[in-house]
Amino acid sequence: MVVEIRGGFGMITRLNAMGIVPGKRIVKISSMIARGPITVEVDRVQIAIGFGMAKRIIITLDQ
Amino acid sequence: MRTILLVGNPNVGKSVLFSRLTGVRTTVSNYPGTTISYTRGFTKLGEEKLEIIDVPGTYTLEPTSAAEEIALKMLKNGNVIINVVNATNLERSLYLTLQLLEMDTPVVVALNMWDDTKHRGIDIDLEKLMMILGVPVVPTVALTGEGIKDLVESIPRASSPDGPVRSRDERWASIGTIIDQVQRIEHRHHTWLERVQDASVKPLTGGLIAIAILVLSFLVVRFIGESLIGYLLEPLFNRLWAPVVLWISTLMGGSGFLHDVVVGKLVGGEVNFVESFGLISSGLYVPLAMVLPYIFSFYLVLGLLEDVGYLPRLAVLMDTIMHWLGLHGYAIIPTLLGLGCNVPAVLSTRILESKRERFIASTLVSIAVPCAALQAMIFGLVGQRGGQYVVIVYGTLFAVWVILGIILNHSIKGFSPELLIEIPPYRIPPWRIVLQKMWMRIYGFLAEAIPIILGAIVVINMLYFFGVFNAIANLTAPVVSGLLGLPKEAITSLVIGFLRKDVALGMLAPLSLTAKQLVVASIVLAMFFPCIATFVVLLRELGVLNMCKAAGVMIATALITGGLLNLML
Repeated sequence: MVVEIRGGFGMITRLNAMGIVPGKRIVKISSMIARGPITVEVDRVQIAIGFGMAKRIIITLDQ
Repeated sequence: MRTILLVGNPNVGKSVLFSRLTGVRTTVSNYPGTTISYTRGFTKLGEEKLEIIDVPGTYTLEPTSAAEEIALKMLKNGNVIINVVNATNLERSLYLTLQLLEMDTPVVVALNMWDDTKHRGIDIDLEKLMMILGVPVVPTVALTGEGIKDLVESIPRASSPDGPVRSRDERWASIGTIIDQVQRIEHRHHTWLERVQDASVKPLTGGLIAIAILVLSFLVVRFIGESLIGYLLEPLFNRLWAPVVLWISTLMGGSGFLHDVVVGKLVGGEVNFVESFGLISSGLYVPLAMVLPYIFSFYLVLGLLEDVGYLPRLAVLMDTIMHWLGLHGYAIIPTLLGLGCNVPAVLSTRILESKRERFIASTLVSIAVPCAALQAMIFGLVGQRGGQYVVIVYGTLFAVWVILGIILNHSIKGFSPELLIEIPPYRIPPWRIVLQKMWMRIYGFLAEAIPIILGAIVVINMLYFFGVFNAIANLTAPVVSGLLGLPKEAITSLVIGFLRKDVALGMLAPLSLTAKQLVVASIVLAMFFPCIATFVVLLRELGVLNMCKAAGVMIATALITGGLLNLML
């Protein structure tokens, strides 16, 4: 589950608009080597997020 | 006349819907950001004529890229908004819907890709959704045309419900409530397509899939292109057209200025379609028999990759490498489009967020990404001397792309933004859509290239006739011969390269160059300066100042690379 997005206004706007909002369930599909993008699934949509941006999305794990 | 805007998230099928409504053909693909500027068309509602505008996709009314800014500006001019929503991703789409409802313009919602909801186990209560939103909601399948009529008929019922402007959190909270009430999802097992989908963004399997797809694409493009030339077009021109050309040549007296413009110079009493340079010899042979087959095969393969939805996955895999060049993974899309034609490639840099990225991407494309027409000629002419020379040309261009990218990244202030893209599901595209798009692109090539090629041939003959080329050749001889090791006449090809690069490369054929000289000349021609069509778009997209900077980079890089190759080979 997404807990918090630690970023500037612009970054939060963009992530929110794509459905990455605190409280949403988010599933990591894959991560690319060498600090490449992380692919996640939110609301049955896959989204690729650059490493630096993904690092600032704070989540908690399901039990 | 009322103006209807098609507004929605990227890649929900707005352009397909637009084509259905207006009959105007547009480029559609399976990746976000295919439409980078608006297209307009017309449709009829009873007796009333309506103007329909296809607006680039946007996730929010708070713009984050150049294409989204265009979308926002368009909104002010609309009388009615058709909000196109992906029915399989209602949650995400509703955010924009709620924002649109807060505005004063009446809205109709089109729930597109409605057919997909059934086999994905998604059930949406239409009545309830309509009641909650307070506007008409029409299920549509733009690909087949289902629901289009209902959609048009619902336009008079479009409304703008009264409601307060809400904050972001309030909107998300209300989306949660709406979804709970109208949508039920059955759990489904992964299909094989979904498994391939996941595998193609994982490092190991994704890398292997990427290599396999790129190698296969290259082989298919070559195979189809070569076969069309070898078995169809070459025999056609040599057996059927050559006698006609010879007959016209005799009619025109066999020599003279007019004869040379129309038929070209005969080589040993025969027509040489590559070297003659007349309107009805090279003027038809170059575009139709050398370039067109590759345009056909390239756009067939590119269209398939686009419509299946592979390109965003390639962007994920290439992201780290593209960051070295000051770009992010999505810049792979302008780069691949550039292998077809640099003009749409430069236009598509609008999907990138910053001016800096757009400058780097456009400059790199126009220097180091040869268009299909030029590549066809490289295969045709350089390939004759041996495959290794083609490899040198491509290897050099690729090395320049990487090295120049790294240099630009370090010398231009700023940083490269992070990748953030939606990855669409794989779709098996209907052949009709793939072929339709290919036809549009081939028609575009024929309509734009042939007049310029024929014009270029007249210009070439006139410049030769009046001795202008000789004057230029003598003037530039120190650079062309001294630095690049080419005969001074090769400058004619670089000059004509401003008109069309395929014809320009063809001009090198009669110069009896060595293989090494041909390699150097092809590379310098590819990099030196964009053709006029690309030049115009670059000027418009970058502005005069940045265009001058880009041109400086191009000329310098071309001369340095050409000079080095001349010393090394």
